[in-house]
Amino acid sequence: MHRTVEIEQAILAKNDAYAARNRARLGAGGILSLNLLAGPGAGKTTLLVETLRTLGGRIPAAVIEGDQQTANDAERIRATGTPAVQINTGKGCHLDAHMVGHALDELELPPDGVLFIENVGNLVCPAAFDLGEDRRVTLLSVTEGEDKPLKYPDIFETADLVLLTKTDLLPHLDVDLAAIERNIARINPVARIIHTFARGEGGLGGWLDWLGEARRERLAGLAAESEGRASRLRAVAEALP
Amino acid sequence: MHEMALCESLLDSMRDAARTHGFDRVKRVRLVVGCFAGVEVEALRFGFDVVMRGSLAEGAELEVLDEPGTGWCFDCSQTVDMPDRLSACPSCGGERLRPNGGTEMRIKDLEVV
Repeated sequence: MHRTVEIEQAILAKNDAYAARNRARLGAGGILSLNLLAGPGAGKTTLLVETLRTLGGRIPAAVIEGDQQTANDAERIRATGTPAVQINTGKGCHLDAHMVGHALDELELPPDGVLFIENVGNLVCPAAFDLGEDRRVTLLSVTEGEDKPLKYPDIFETADLVLLTKTDLLPHLDVDLAAIERNIARINPVARIIHTFARGEGGLGGWLDWLGEARRERLAGLAAESEGRASRLRAVAEALP
Repeated sequence: MHEMALCESLLDSMRDAARTHGFDRVKRVRLVVGCFAGVEVEALRFGFDVVMRGSLAEGAELEVLDEPGTGWCFDCSQTVDMPDRLSACPSCGGERLRPNGGTEMRIKDLEVV
């Protein structure tokens, strides 16, 4: 006999449940976690490597690297002295929260530090999957042209920050920087936009400031949560007969 | 092509539902896919046929209900109709719109035996 069963739940409900678990776990560890999204070749790993080198351990950090194949990126990160775990997705075109949960089992998280999750290089699919991160950072290199945000809106729409990378190449390119920024703002009017370059000195300042500020906000937010919980528990205890 | 992963997640949810609601086979699946959910419906149909093979939903009919888009206009501060991602605001002509409706993808119901 045929009957209809109401489901009314998100197709990605399972992923969302794993993401919530990751979020709770990262929150308990005082971790600021960033999901780094971009197309292949935008310079995610190079930016990360140079960021970790510049920080020189001043911010405790760990990295999860997502790629279809090879452990090359995790090795590049480990060479900076930062713990890293490589996830190979095989045929998968994105990281999901379940994979990240497994990586967290293997990775020693630095207490109250920063976790960078470098997603698979892809401007489309990773946007749909919540990993349990605090902030999304989308990278776009200036060599990719002005209209990428309009062609691939999803990955820009959900970003808290858009990093324009390789800006040191601008003098050699026929690209309209103002148009790139206008197109990002059209898709996502609230995202911050910061210019970066990873070769030579002085290209990471704005990004490192943002990172420091995001970490301060994250720690303050977690502290406020804990204080709220502490005062609630205290009030209950004091009201006991 | 994350539509394959979506189909695998859908199959997982149907297996869970089969245990909770006590059914053996799925005859029809109805999904609601918003126009800004980032899903290519043709790829989803292809993935559905492949992923459901040999499962409790092999041969099931897939019905995809669309959900129209709306967006928040940052220029005139209201929710407006947004037929596609690059539409301008029908009220003020502003281009700074962010989708706030039609972004969901969910399983509506299953016809089962």
